[in-house]
Amino acid sequence: MKPPLEQLTNLGLSLFEWVDDRVHVKKIWESTAGHHVPQSAGSWFYVFGSATLLCFMLQLVTGIMLALVYVPSAEESYATLEYLTYHQQLGWFLRGMHYWGSNFMVGIMLLHMTQVYLWGAYKYPREITWLTGLLLMVLTLGLAFTGQVMRFDEDAYWGLGIGAAIVGRIPFVGQQMLDLMLGGQIIASETLSRFFALHVFVLPGSVLAIVSLHLRMVLTKGINEYPVPGMLVRRETYDKEYAAILKKEGVPFFPKAIDKDIIAAAIVIGGIVFCACVFGPKGPGGPADPQQINVSPRPDFWFLWIFSVAALMPEQIETVALLLGPAVIGLVLVLLPFFNGTGEKSWRRRPVAVIIVLLLWSVLGILTYLGATSPWSPIMDGWSSLPVGNAQIVGRSPLQLQGAVTLQYKQCRNCHAIDGMGGERGPSLTDVGMRLTKPQLVRQVIQGGGNMPAYGQNLTPAEVESLVEYMASLLPQGVSPAIDSSRPQVSITTTKK
Amino acid sequence: MLKLGFGLNAIAGAAVGIPLLGYVFSSIFKPQQMDWVSLGPVDKFPEGKTRLANYKNPVHRSWDGVTAEIPCWVRHIKANDFQIFAINCAHLGCPVRWFEESKLFMCPCHGGAYYEDGERAAGPPPRGLFTYEFKVQDGQLMILAGALPTLATPNA
Repeated sequence: MKPPLEQLTNLGLSLFEWVDDRVHVKKIWESTAGHHVPQSAGSWFYVFGSATLLCFMLQLVTGIMLALVYVPSAEESYATLEYLTYHQQLGWFLRGMHYWGSNFMVGIMLLHMTQVYLWGAYKYPREITWLTGLLLMVLTLGLAFTGQVMRFDEDAYWGLGIGAAIVGRIPFVGQQMLDLMLGGQIIASETLSRFFALHVFVLPGSVLAIVSLHLRMVLTKGINEYPVPGMLVRRETYDKEYAAILKKEGVPFFPKAIDKDIIAAAIVIGGIVFCACVFGPKGPGGPADPQQINVSPRPDFWFLWIFSVAALMPEQIETVALLLGPAVIGLVLVLLPFFNGTGEKSWRRRPVAVIIVLLLWSVLGILTYLGATSPWSPIMDGWSSLPVGNAQIVGRSPLQLQGAVTLQYKQCRNCHAIDGMGGERGPSLTDVGMRLTKPQLVRQVIQGGGNMPAYGQNLTPAEVESLVEYMASLLPQGVSPAIDSSRPQVSITTTKK
Repeated sequence: MLKLGFGLNAIAGAAVGIPLLGYVFSSIFKPQQMDWVSLGPVDKFPEGKTRLANYKNPVHRSWDGVTAEIPCWVRHIKANDFQIFAINCAHLGCPVRWFEESKLFMCPCHGGAYYEDGERAAGPPPRGLFTYEFKVQDGQLMILAGALPTLATPNA
């Protein structure tokens, strides 16, 4: 009679053998987790892909949790969001995890993409890996956008309005596309239901499908070896070279190369939990009530740069840029592994690639910053909420003081700052008397121009007079007022009137 | 036999696929439904002033909640002469706000501005504000409403 422990072990082993005989567990394990990778690929720079996938898995779990409470109806969703945030046990945490998980996922995905580009991993023979990755990027951005609609508050409502306005710019079939997007004639329940179906069924399902292909490609064509400067990719020789690398320094992915991925996974989860606990979920902001028009809609972090592009794009090319821009960017990314599929892989020998990456990240960074501060937006309550400093009042004549009142009352400060306070849409007026003569000020106020509305229709001559007198007095101490140097005679005679 | 199999499945596929596409794209093929709705009695809108009004979208579902309550700007010029502006900026659809003192509509998103009569004054909008057709009937101000106006909307 064998001891009971040995009996139990034997039973377990034979059970495993039985399952393995039917399912081929060992074979599957060896060909996936056990596949050989170049030892050099076990690098800290190679953890972003698995970290993005981890975020996605986390999103699936937290998303299912949220779906237990959330109701995707224009009438109910806001109440369920509030319930989730304030009443449901740990609902705030789940919402925070899902929100920050999304932010982390997009951010880490972009890092992954940057790394793949800089390390030349998109080159021969991994074109399909790159292409499926691009699809995953589109799906991930789609998930992030539809996700911000699920938080059905004022930002979501007007964000849909912005989306609708962009779709409405499509030539010929704009109205049809708009009907398809809204599922009706206005932004309402059917719109939310459409985005819900996309967010919880279509897009995650597609991600699961494409991710399996993406990973299959990693197994089929192998993970990119850590590039060595000077080692060029040639279609004729690369496969043999890669096989030689694997033979020389190949290690099973599990357990030899996965260690850094595991540590990164813990850091990412820790980061998401930390942000969820410390910063909490976003919103919901005010309810998605179209009648509540005192709003300043802004998209979520990763879309702020698009918000900026929409503000800064010259009007003549805006429609073309909004509609064709993504197509052109997409085409360049799709073609990249085909026109740049061989040659040097290491970023140390690819200065242009490095410059492109630095440029793109700087542009994205600056546009995101501008989107967050949006200096082009008028400060809607600037005229009624901003104080007027002593320096702008003391020593002024009654006419000038009347002008100061006009300036405040006519909402000039919604767009113009004085002493650093006010809108940034137009130039600051702090020392405008130094830059413009009185006749120039009169012309600018009455006719507008340079992106300023004309006020001729709604200012009386007396109001213009006082306003201009006041603005001409806005000068740094000891600086003389502006003169029209091109026509000194004229400006002196008119101002001396 | 295989050919027959493919053929039968092509028919089966069409039997499933066509209704499915019809269902998803039905919003495209449905003719646009517009209807006259009241914004209230005319004397709610003083002459020479621009006021915010709301209406329940004539096309709505019972579960639309407040999203069916659409605001618009009513400018009463004089007597039966009105201008009814959509709330949505012609640039990218954000809600414009009326400023009585400077007689401007301003948009909080990208800084578009419009004059009292809806004409573009400044900023990125490619045109003036969208307008509604209106009529005065039995002392009520009526507008023809139903769809979100965008650059694709004819004669908005």
